[in-house]
Amino acid sequence: MSAKHIKTLNKANLKESAVKGGCGECQASCQSACKTSCTVANQKCEK
Amino acid sequence: MIHKYKLGGYNICLDVHSGAVHVLDDIAYDILDILEKKDTMTKEPDKALFDSLAGKYDREEIQETYEALYELFENGLLFSPDDYEQFADMMTKAPIKSMCINISHDCNLRCEYCFAAKGDFGQGRCLMSFETAKKAIDFIIANSGTRRNLEVDFFGGEPLMNFDVVKQTVEYARSIETKFNKHFRFTITTNGLLLDDEKIEYINREMNNAVLSLDGRKEVNDRMRVTPNGRGCYDVIVPKYQKLVQGRGDKDYYIRGTFTKYNLDFTNDVLHFYELGFDQLSIEPVVSDPKLDYSIKYEDLPRVFEEYDRLADTIIKYRKKGDYFNFFHFMIDLNQGPCAIKRLRGCGCGNEYVAVTPQGDIYPCHQFVGNEAYKMGNLHDGTFNTEMKEDFAKANVYSKENCKNCWAKFYCSGGCNANNYQYEGDIRKSHKTSCELEKKRLECAIMIKAALAEDSDAQECDGEDCFTACC
Repeated sequence: MSAKHIKTLNKANLKESAVKGGCGECQASCQSACKTSCTVANQKCEK
Repeated sequence: MIHKYKLGGYNICLDVHSGAVHVLDDIAYDILDILEKKDTMTKEPDKALFDSLAGKYDREEIQETYEALYELFENGLLFSPDDYEQFADMMTKAPIKSMCINISHDCNLRCEYCFAAKGDFGQGRCLMSFETAKKAIDFIIANSGTRRNLEVDFFGGEPLMNFDVVKQTVEYARSIETKFNKHFRFTITTNGLLLDDEKIEYINREMNNAVLSLDGRKEVNDRMRVTPNGRGCYDVIVPKYQKLVQGRGDKDYYIRGTFTKYNLDFTNDVLHFYELGFDQLSIEPVVSDPKLDYSIKYEDLPRVFEEYDRLADTIIKYRKKGDYFNFFHFMIDLNQGPCAIKRLRGCGCGNEYVAVTPQGDIYPCHQFVGNEAYKMGNLHDGTFNTEMKEDFAKANVYSKENCKNCWAKFYCSGGCNANNYQYEGDIRKSHKTSCELEKKRLECAIMIKAALAEDSDAQECDGEDCFTACC
């Protein structure tokens, strides 16, 4: 969405992903990189 | 719930429960200031809103902006409701799909800040036998249900000190994965000292990811990452990492550093990595007893935040001139990231992810190793504490008091349970310093997106390539 006052950066789909999600194929969060903290938003979806 | 903030010259609003991110002009930002507490909108603005902004903007402009915001509200992109708690119990019976194999409880470095008690996790120096490693592979296959992708990482201590068993384990897993309809993805974390051409070739062939420990500039690295006789390792490992990365092809790797109070100017270390020819970078705060000189304490946060801002600005400048490097903690995919179900409970430790020791003991994750109270079972005697697994499964953003009303809950997903335990004594009590760091990194990550989107609408993220193109 682009407008005079507001620019929306993304196609928000969190709600949709809740319905279709939960396949569990994605990696455990910190396991393959940082090992000492948890950031989930940078994980890839396997679908 | 929304979270709005100003950073890097941008007014940013995250709509927490839809995941939408908006970049606002000043008037839209000021209107949201007023609406934020109500957490909802009516079709027409009330008189008080006009009155509050009357001296700053004209009435027509306020009305026009309000209508644009209301359109977002109607489309579920602003003040969207939280209806995710119904999913909180999903996946409590999840299979185990990820495993950290502590193939070596010995290390050839004595890093000052090592959370593994200088390599042996306080359990005595030893190496895992192939017999135990084989049982670990059998365990994950047997407990992974219908999950196909199985993540196994070789960790320690220093895995290269037991490299023959690493190779045997990979060979064994590969020999049976088709039969069980599994696909193993291996990672190795190494300090690099024992790398040679043969090991580099093997790692680049077999390991989906390689995590290469290096803290940054020589003086920074060599202050903390030392051999048993106190010598720094920088000069030995850097050429080996460069060789490994040159032969890595399209496989993942990270140069992974730790920053401490001694190098709060860690942007210089990130840039040093880049100058050395590395572009997949991770550097993060030390996990340590707050009493230690080098630990990052709550009072250090303003300085750390300032440095994250500097790093974010640096990344934007580099990207705009066509230089690319990826900083792990600023990676965020606003379009195609993990599903909401995944975001409810984060890392999966103790439920979908376990760590095993050379003795065959099973723990919720590598950071719990050595904590007897959290020993879940043993590969040799076949024990496994399913009650503890269930307890970890139920640790989600709605069962953690400080998380359920936090704007960052779908990005950090309740934080690191091991950090919570270490600092707060309870996996469900979030560690305030870690939370503040995470929130700051998220704000920077989103701001970088805003800056790059503004720079060129022609190259605006379309979702498909977003993860690699501009994250």
